Amino acid sequence: MEFEPVIGLEVHVQLNTQSKLFCSCPTNFGAVPNTHVCPVCLGHPGVLPVLNKQAMENAIKCGLALNCSISLFSKFDRKNYFYPDLPKGYQVSQFDKPLCHKGHVTIVDTGVEKIIGVTRVHLEEDAGKLVHAAHGADSGVDFNRGGIPLLEIVSEPDIRTPDEAYLYLTALKAIVEYLGISDCNMEEGSLRCDANVSIRPKGQKQFGTKTEIKNMNSFRGVQKAISYEIERQKDVILSGEKIVQETRLWNDDKGSTFSMRSKEDAHDYRYFPEPDLVPMVVEQKYIDTLRENLPELPFPRMHRFIEQYGLPEYDADILTGDKAFADYYEQCASVCSEYKMISNWMLSDLIREAGARKISFADAPVTPKMLAEMISLISNGTISGKIAKIVFIEMFDSGKTPSKIIEEKGLVQISNPEELQKVISNVVAQHPAVVAEFKAGKEKSIGFLVGQIMKETKGKANPQLVNTLLREALG
Amino acid sequence: MNLFSKTAAELLELLKNRDISAREIVTSVFNRIESVDSKVNAFAQTDKESALKQADAIDKKRSAGEPLGMLAGIPVALKDNLCRTGYRTSCGSKILSSYKAVYNATVVQKLITADAVFIGNANMDEFAMGSSCERSIYGATHNPWNISCAPGGSSGGSAAAVAADETILALGSDTGGSIRQPASFCGIVGLKPTYGLVSRFGLIAYASSLDQIGPLTKDVYDSALLLENISGYDPSDSTSIKQNPFSYTSTLKESIKGLRIGIPQEYFIGGLDSEVASHIQSAIKLLAECGAEIIDISLPHTEYAVATYYIIATAEASSNLARFDGVRYGYRTEESSDLHDMYFKTRSEGFGDEVKRRILLGTYVLSSGYYDAYYKKAQQVRTLICRDFENAFQKVDCIITPTAPSPAFKISEKIDDPLTMYLSDIFTISVNLAGLPGISIPCGFSSSRLPIGMQIIGKPLGEQTILRCAYTFERNTPFRTMKPTLE
Ligand SMILES: [Zn+2]
Repeated sequence: MEFEPVIGLEVHVQLNTQSKLFCSCPTNFGAVPNTHVCPVCLGHPGVLPVLNKQAMENAIKCGLALNCSISLFSKFDRKNYFYPDLPKGYQVSQFDKPLCHKGHVTIVDTGVEKIIGVTRVHLEEDAGKLVHAAHGADSGVDFNRGGIPLLEIVSEPDIRTPDEAYLYLTALKAIVEYLGISDCNMEEGSLRCDANVSIRPKGQKQFGTKTEIKNMNSFRGVQKAISYEIERQKDVILSGEKIVQETRLWNDDKGSTFSMRSKEDAHDYRYFPEPDLVPMVVEQKYIDTLRENLPELPFPRMHRFIEQYGLPEYDADILTGDKAFADYYEQCASVCSEYKMISNWMLSDLIREAGARKISFADAPVTPKMLAEMISLISNGTISGKIAKIVFIEMFDSGKTPSKIIEEKGLVQISNPEELQKVISNVVAQHPAVVAEFKAGKEKSIGFLVGQIMKETKGKANPQLVNTLLREALG
Repeated sequence: MNLFSKTAAELLELLKNRDISAREIVTSVFNRIESVDSKVNAFAQTDKESALKQADAIDKKRSAGEPLGMLAGIPVALKDNLCRTGYRTSCGSKILSSYKAVYNATVVQKLITADAVFIGNANMDEFAMGSSCERSIYGATHNPWNISCAPGGSSGGSAAAVAADETILALGSDTGGSIRQPASFCGIVGLKPTYGLVSRFGLIAYASSLDQIGPLTKDVYDSALLLENISGYDPSDSTSIKQNPFSYTSTLKESIKGLRIGIPQEYFIGGLDSEVASHIQSAIKLLAECGAEIIDISLPHTEYAVATYYIIATAEASSNLARFDGVRYGYRTEESSDLHDMYFKTRSEGFGDEVKRRILLGTYVLSSGYYDAYYKKAQQVRTLICRDFENAFQKVDCIITPTAPSPAFKISEKIDDPLTMYLSDIFTISVNLAGLPGISIPCGFSSSRLPIGMQIIGKPLGEQTILRCAYTFERNTPFRTMKPTLE
C-alpha cells in the first residue's frame, strides 16, 4: 500500500519587542534568572495586564506578510491549566478570534512552487522555564521568559513531505527575519515548532489519525522527526494496528519519537474571554498603512532577482532566503554587472570560506565592494578565475582589497601572446611524446600541456589565450 | 462628641481650623477599636503604630504649611483584598495568610496622595465570596446593631467598622452586592461605582468583569468625597474608563426636582420582607414629595440575574484563583509527594468550603461540552439584562429598589444553605452584571431595630445623579444620626 503523509506545523515565534506582552519588563535573552520580572508577570494577586501595542503591530505585520486577513475585532482568551512555569494558572492567548487568519506561504521545492496555507496567526504570552538542579530532585522556575510576546503561526495540513516541512520553516523564518520582528533563534528558543503528522492511503480523502510531535530544536530536527514519525506510522498500520492520537516527543540523540501523553489525558483548557483586557479593535486604515510600509519580502524579491539579474530560480531562492545575504548580493550587483558570477562566488566561495572559519558571511572581511571589484578584475581579464580563488582567500584572511593583493603578489594575468608563445614553445619542445599522442588523435593530452604551461606561469597565463595559441602551435 | 463618631467632612473642618490634630483622630479611633472590636471583630489586622506615624507626618506637614491632600489625616480601613506594599493582604484566606503585598493598589496610591491614614485591613468573606462575612480565617464579623446578626458581606468588616465608628472611612469591593448589602445591613452608605470608574489594579480579583472598589461611609457626603479621591482613569487597568476626575461633592446639594425615578415591579415580589417593602414605599413617597417623578418600569430579565451571576462570577473566579498554587507565594502544604500532590494539598488545605464550591462550579461551567449551555448562555442573558436597563433609562434617570430582601440575618443562619445565601444578593447582582453604579443608603429600621437599606441605581457614570438623590433623601430623614449602642 502506498501512503501519503499529511503534515501541519505549529510555529511559535518570540517577538523581539523591547518589553513583555503585558508588562514593562525587558525581553532580552540570557539574563540572570528571575531578574526580568515584576508583580504582573509573576502573577501576583491583584495585578492586571496592559497590552503592548508594538507586539500587536508586529503580529499584524506578520499576518500581512503571510497574506492573512487581519481581524478588525479580535480578543484575548484565557487558556487554563496548572504548571509551575505558568504563574497565573492560565496563559493569555487567543482562541476563537485570532488577530490574523487565512493566509499562505509559498515554498519552492526543487524548482516547483507550492502554496502552504496558514490557518491563523495569533498573539499570546510565553511561559517561564523550568530549571532542574543537576543534583537532587529540586526544580526551579526562571520567569524571565514568562510574558514575552509569542506569535503562534498554524499551518493548514498542506505539507506532504519532510522536505516541504523544512522548506516551509525556512520560508517562514525568512519572512519573519525580513520583517525584523524576531531573532528566530531556535537554539535560544525564540522560534519553536511542533508538527502534526498523519498518513493515509494514497488517494484517500479522509485524514488519518494524527500525532503531535514536540521537542525538535532545529529545522533539520523537524525534518528528521517527521520522517521518523511517517515510517513509524506506516509500520504500525502495516502490522494491522491503529495509530493512537497522542503527543510524542522527539529525541534527537536517539533519532526517534516516544509517547508523552495520549488524548485521554489531554487538557481541557476551559478557554474563555480574558475579562481583564478589552478587545483589540483596529481600523482598516491602520492596517493599510502597515501593509504599505512592509519591506520587500523574500518571495517577491526572489522573483525580482530572476527578472532583474537573470539568475536561475535556484540561485535567487538561496540568495533571497536570508535578508542580509540578499542585501550583500544587491550591493555587489549595484557596482558590477556580472550578476551570475557574483551569485556563483557568494553561493560557493563566500559560504564555504565563512563556514570553514565558523563565522557568518556578514562578519567576513570580504565586503560586497571587494567581491564586486574582484569579479570585475576577472571579467576584464586582469586575473584569471583560478588566480581569483587565491585572491579571494587572501582577501578573507587579510581584508586587503583585490587590487592591492594582485599588486603585492604580482598576480596579474599574462595575456601577452608573445610572452605566452615562448612558454608554449618550451613546453611543446620538452614533451614530444605527449605532442605525438595528441596529433595521433588523443584530444585529452592537450590538458597535460596546458597544465604544464600554467605551472610555468604560476597560473597567471590567460587560459583562453593559452588554449588558442597552443592549438595553433600544435598545428 | 467623640472624634471617632464624626464624619470625614466634619473632621476635615476641625483639622482645617486646627482645632484638632490627625494624631487625636487616630488615637480616638483606636480607643474605639479597643473598646468595641472584641464584640464586632471588624478587622483582619490593625496597625496603630503605623497609623500614628502617618498621622504625625501629616500634622507636621500641616504645621509646616505644606500642601495637603484632600483627606489629610482621615483614618481609612481597607478591605483585606486591597494590596498595600509591605502589608499582609490575605483576602480572609488561609492560602494568603502570610502573603505581604509587593506593590500598592492604585486606590491605595491615590489615598496616599490624598494623605489619608491607613489604620488596618477590614475583615471579609474569603476571597469576597459570601454575603455574611462569616467565612474568614479571622472569624465572623458581627453586626454592630445586633451582635448576633451578620453584618452582610463580603465587605462586612468595612461596613461594620464604619457603623461601629471604628473607622471614619472604609473601602470595600462589590462583585454582586458586596458593598451595598453590608451597608444596608449595617445602616451606612455603600457605593458601587460604574464598572471601570475606579481602577481594579491591586484589588485581588474575584470576578474581573464584575468587581469594583467603592466607598463605605457614614453619610452620602463622605461617600462622594471618598469616590472623588479614588476614581479616575488608570493606564494600569485596561478596563478603566477614560474619564476626567469629577467633583462629586460639588453637585450634591442640587435639587432633585423633576428627577425621574423608576420603580421596577420585578423587585417588589414574594420573598421581599414586608417591613423592607413598606420602608422602601415610604422612602419613594418622600422623594416624590421632594419633587421627584415616580415612574413604574419593568426589568423583565431580573429573575435570571442570580443564575447568570453565579455562572459568570464563578467561571472567572475559577481562573482568577488558579494562581494560588503554592509555587511562588502564599500557603504551601507541609509535605507532598510530587507536583500534583503539592497542588492538590495546598489548594485543599488553603481554601475554605465556599471558595472551593465556587471554583468547582466555575470549572464546571467552562468545561468542554458545558461551555455553550452555561457560560455562553449566561453571557447572552447578561446582554439581555443590560438591555433591560438601557430601555429603562430611556424613561428614567435612576431606579430605586430595596438593597436586600431582608434586614440582617442571624450569624450562621444561612451558612449551610448556599442557595438561600445567594438570594441575599438578588437585588444587587443585576447592577454588577450591567456595570452600573448603585448606592445603598439607610431608609429605616425594622421592628427589631435592624437597619434597612434602599438602593439607588444610576446610568453608566451616573454617580452624580444617584449621590444627589441619596443626599436629598438623607437630609430629609433622621437615619444618618442614628448609631448602634455597643457599650
Ligand atoms: Zn513583568
